[in-house]
Amino acid sequence: MREATPEPAIVVERLGKRFGDFQALDDVSFTVGRGEIMGFLGPNGAGKSTLIRVLCGLLRPSAGRARVAGIDVAADPEGVRRRIGYMSQRFSLYGDLSVEENLRFYGGIYGVAPDQLDARVREALDLAGLAGRGDALVATLAGGWKQRLALGCAILHRPDVLFLDEPTSGVDPQSRRRFWALIHELGASGVSVLVSTHYMDEAEYCMRIALIASGRLIALGSPQKLKQRALGGELLEVGCRDLGAAFEPVAALPGVRDVAVFGNTLHLLVDSAAEASVAVEAVLQARGLGPVHCRPIPPTLEDMFVQLVRGTERAA
Amino acid sequence: MPELSSSPQLAVEVSALVKRFGALLAVDSLGFSVRRGEIFGLVGPDGAGKTTAMRMLASVMRPDAGSIWIDGVDVVAQPARARHHVSYMPQRFGLYEDLTVDENIRFYADLFGIARRDWTERADRLLEASGMTRFRGRLAGQLSGGMKQKLGLSCALVHAPRVLLLDEPTTGVDPVSRREFWQLLYGLRAQGVATVISTAYLDEAERCDRLALLHRGRLMYCDTPQQLKRDMPGDIVRVTAPEPRRLQSRLAGMPGLLGQLLVGTGLHLHLDDAARRLPQLRERLRGEPVQEIERVEPSIEDLFVALLGQSGEEGSDA
Repeated sequence: MREATPEPAIVVERLGKRFGDFQALDDVSFTVGRGEIMGFLGPNGAGKSTLIRVLCGLLRPSAGRARVAGIDVAADPEGVRRRIGYMSQRFSLYGDLSVEENLRFYGGIYGVAPDQLDARVREALDLAGLAGRGDALVATLAGGWKQRLALGCAILHRPDVLFLDEPTSGVDPQSRRRFWALIHELGASGVSVLVSTHYMDEAEYCMRIALIASGRLIALGSPQKLKQRALGGELLEVGCRDLGAAFEPVAALPGVRDVAVFGNTLHLLVDSAAEASVAVEAVLQARGLGPVHCRPIPPTLEDMFVQLVRGTERAA
Repeated sequence: MPELSSSPQLAVEVSALVKRFGALLAVDSLGFSVRRGEIFGLVGPDGAGKTTAMRMLASVMRPDAGSIWIDGVDVVAQPARARHHVSYMPQRFGLYEDLTVDENIRFYADLFGIARRDWTERADRLLEASGMTRFRGRLAGQLSGGMKQKLGLSCALVHAPRVLLLDEPTTGVDPVSRREFWQLLYGLRAQGVATVISTAYLDEAERCDRLALLHRGRLMYCDTPQQLKRDMPGDIVRVTAPEPRRLQSRLAGMPGLLGQLLVGTGLHLHLDDAARRLPQLRERLRGEPVQEIERVEPSIEDLFVALLGQSGEEGSDA
């Protein structure tokens, strides 16, 4: 059992990080609750990795402060590192060692007391669904097993905060679902989980999402709230005979703010789906591009991401 | 053997393709065809056989059995000839990091033996379309991941191929760049280029005209994303709730519940028949704090899990 702490697992206040002339992080503030699963999204080079490195005690902030598990990252980076676990997309496992040898190796690195190591290794094997397979060589394991073993390695020392970097990229859907069920179990036991990813289907598993662009936090909220708020309009899916011929006339209609090809349809960002579908249908029929179908569709996290990031880049 | 395949409107025809690595059957009786102006997705997890299939299509690996025709050329018999029609962008495309954007494109144009007057205008258009014009003088090594991918695509397209083979081109690329990358592909589609693209990301699969779902080297299903979704057994219902974990136990054992998935803000339920089960679901969840219950379109991942079911369960030791 973890002791109750009065403050959230992560508190970030007006954090800034400068590399020479480059402002990598600018005035970032947020908190992550205990047991919360939080996703970090952002374009390449937006400051996501810098933020995670600061929170892991690997980079010193230039301004503001951050506390992880109650410890200030600038004052005691060593202390922070003892309270966190980290799992990267490449897993960093030793293929020529067995499952159990990998766990023992990481137990040593994370400073698990020798008298506790046996019990922790057993726990990790159970959690990862690898009980009875401790002797298997890691190189012979399928991707999903490796991934759960890597998770087991990252939590051997019972961290308060777990950082995951694109944890399920490339694994099969069943393994991915099993992995996320484990993450939610960890969350329920009080571990806070920070997930950094480019993949919106990973982001959907998070309770809240922080979107970082140009070093600043530009949106924070549950996946559903962000989707609803961010677009500032409605999405309309349009199917018709020749997408190439339809693009320009549709883009020129009043109330149509953006047009993008999506598979065999066009996705339109419009002020009002009801009004736009009438106009779209009329203009496409008039050009002989029918049959036309229009339907309002719910925005995806990717729609949210693209709109918000472009808005920020335009403003910059 | 006839010089041309029987269906000239097909850009790619693959049949009964097999590749073994020792005991591992990496590609097993794979067959599909791709029309001109079509974007065809090879979709599946790591190890499904995507890259192996792609390498055989690109004629950089010889199949153990089966045939591949690209643009009317027998790839297995005449690999050198096929390469004039094809551009292949492997996962790690060979950009020269110490050359500029322009120099990289020029290098690939020379490699394909294209006269300067033929490629300069094309390079201008490609760079313009990918928003890279102002970075022409920048060293490739100093580009972001998304820009490197777009430069790779420009290099791969400089000889105006009719068939484009892209092996996981958007891995590690952020959503804004990924969207731009796809707009480039749609532009090529409008010009009649046939594209075969592999991806491990199932949300990306929605963007293809047709998909082949690969699993352990075999093609399990092949159709448009829309039709595959229509064929999915059962329906997906989303329950939005502040404490979804509590609801999971409440729902365990509910008749018609084929699967449940905990996401950040609720549960996704796979039901055998939403119309029939929704009233029962509402009844079961009565008194629980639930914000919304609604039927949603299945994702390609839902589909993958539903269609492959237990056969899709990961192997023990690979």
